[in-house]
Amino acid sequence: MSARYERMFAACAERDEGAVIPFLMLGDPDSETSIARINKLVAAGAHALELGIPFSDPVADGPVIVAAANRALTAGVTPARCFELVAQVRARHPDIPIGLLVYANLVFARGIDAFYRDAAVAGVDSVLVADVPLRESVPFRAAAVKHGVAHVLILPPDANDKTIVAVAKAGAAYTYVLGRAGVTGADRAAAMPARERLELLAQAGGPPPVIGFGISKPEHAHAARAAGAAGVIVGSALIGWLHDGNDAAARFVKLVEAARGTQ
Amino acid sequence: MNALSDRFGDFGGMFVPEILVPALEQLEAEFVAAQADPMFVAELGRLLAEYAGRPTPLTECRNLFAGTPLRVFLKREDLLHGGAHKTNQVLAQALLTKRMGKRRVIAETGAGQHGVATALACALLGLECRIYMGEKDCARQQQNVFRMELLGAEVVPVAAGSGTLKDAVNEALRDWTASYADTHYLLGTAAGPHPFPTLVREFQRVIGREARAQVIAQAGGLPDVVVACVGGGSNAIGIFADFIDDAGVRLVGVEAAGEGVASGRTGATLATGRPGVLHGAYTYLMQDADGQVTESHSISAGLDYPAVGPEHAYLQACGRASYVSVTDADALAAFQALARAEGILPALESAHALAYVQRLAKEANAPLTVVVNLSGRGDKDLATVMAALA
Repeated sequence: MSARYERMFAACAERDEGAVIPFLMLGDPDSETSIARINKLVAAGAHALELGIPFSDPVADGPVIVAAANRALTAGVTPARCFELVAQVRARHPDIPIGLLVYANLVFARGIDAFYRDAAVAGVDSVLVADVPLRESVPFRAAAVKHGVAHVLILPPDANDKTIVAVAKAGAAYTYVLGRAGVTGADRAAAMPARERLELLAQAGGPPPVIGFGISKPEHAHAARAAGAAGVIVGSALIGWLHDGNDAAARFVKLVEAARGTQ
Repeated sequence: MNALSDRFGDFGGMFVPEILVPALEQLEAEFVAAQADPMFVAELGRLLAEYAGRPTPLTECRNLFAGTPLRVFLKREDLLHGGAHKTNQVLAQALLTKRMGKRRVIAETGAGQHGVATALACALLGLECRIYMGEKDCARQQQNVFRMELLGAEVVPVAAGSGTLKDAVNEALRDWTASYADTHYLLGTAAGPHPFPTLVREFQRVIGREARAQVIAQAGGLPDVVVACVGGGSNAIGIFADFIDDAGVRLVGVEAAGEGVASGRTGATLATGRPGVLHGAYTYLMQDADGQVTESHSISAGLDYPAVGPEHAYLQACGRASYVSVTDADALAAFQALARAEGILPALESAHALAYVQRLAKEANAPLTVVVNLSGRGDKDLATVMAALA
């Protein structure tokens, strides 16, 4: 459930720091390496984990994450294997919030109820389904509630007030605030949302805003914090560093440090 | 409030990233408004008549079914400007694009037919046009790439995945998530997220409306069977739409069996797939047990798609239409047979529908009036057919 997120966000607030959440594709480039990377990122100060299950047709993702999914699929990584990997991560890190990022067909193929049940059993705290917008989310949210998993919703950069309030009321754990339009990728940087938009989200009771898409530099983590966000998600940039052997853990630490003490 | 229902029974819906929802809702609202706007209706009617060449004739086969109990009428969408039924709805969506104040159009294409139709409509109406096309398809269909470029479109080869239609749709959707403010995604078939399946059906309905009046005039009554090929399903839903309320008319959709429905190399989604979500709709798709979408196969690029329009999934589920499949080999034989017997080269897609009618002719022991949607012409397929017959 979102209790781990609540504790994590409360602890961040107490220490006056923003959460920095790495996104990794489970099984990229193979199961063992992805587990080793996750452990390294937790040691480097990750506040929560956002983990993808590879899908054949990820329309919300740019080239870096598409390539990560393809590497995992090529390595034979299935959703069942991903749940095993999550269970390993959970066993090793009992307190860290774990979110899954998936596409609708993987959920339908397993059965909506079974998917959330298996996620809960593996130790998952939240699920975000990239191609299930609010207007299609009812059966997904019902299954999430039933199995004690938080259903995370996305807030687009140009959402109107009505959408902000609706996402605030229906979302759980955290609100995935898009830093910009387009697909995932570090090639175009995030823009920070106007403070009043995040204030409206908070007034409507929305879960803490975390900014993703286009987060790659310490200044992004810093700016997100300054804009009133509770944290950032870094995916494509991180996967790029890891894939290129480009001192990923040290670069990640710089993001964590930049998100500290700026409120 | 939704202006239109977004479901066909259990199927359909709007399974897209949240960021695309406003663009789809805007399209839905503009589509509803346009349908009620006499100016829009008149302008589209004028383009269809004076530019595209509607109405298309209904031609009774003279020779191919001689000696069988069948009277077979061909709805001649092959004679439409652009060479296929695609032009009907592309002109309509291009007009909608202008109505929405958008200046740019993106589209996917498999073999290139939808890309060519989109490019010509954009040339006519002064819209910027970018077509996503799988790398492999670009290589197979170089003439259509050149055609689109002559018409002023930018063709972007897509290397991701299998380099075919499915990947081109993915890439167009990715473009749209960044460009929706000034860009319309002109989807090519009656699939994808709401409102596309409804919108494309309504803009292809003209096929069935004409065919129904023509067959009544030429055959003296309603047909017994209406047959059309189904890839995404736009030509089929277009000709079915005005016959759905005629309970006595059998509606048959013909999928591509490829090398056979059990061969693992097939495009027969309704026969071999399971419900799931691809490209925005809950519908039948070809997938493995985990939900990874698998590759389709057909000799005809227009039928080579691992999903199907959600209304076809519904018409199958409720029993109003039935769906059969025809192999590459039988479609190829029907292609040759129509050419020799009637002097018409059909698209390989349409040849699937004809092959099923040939099957009907063998089985029939009572008179049967059949309308077949000859959805496109076969010139685009000459290289494929030449290679297959070599």
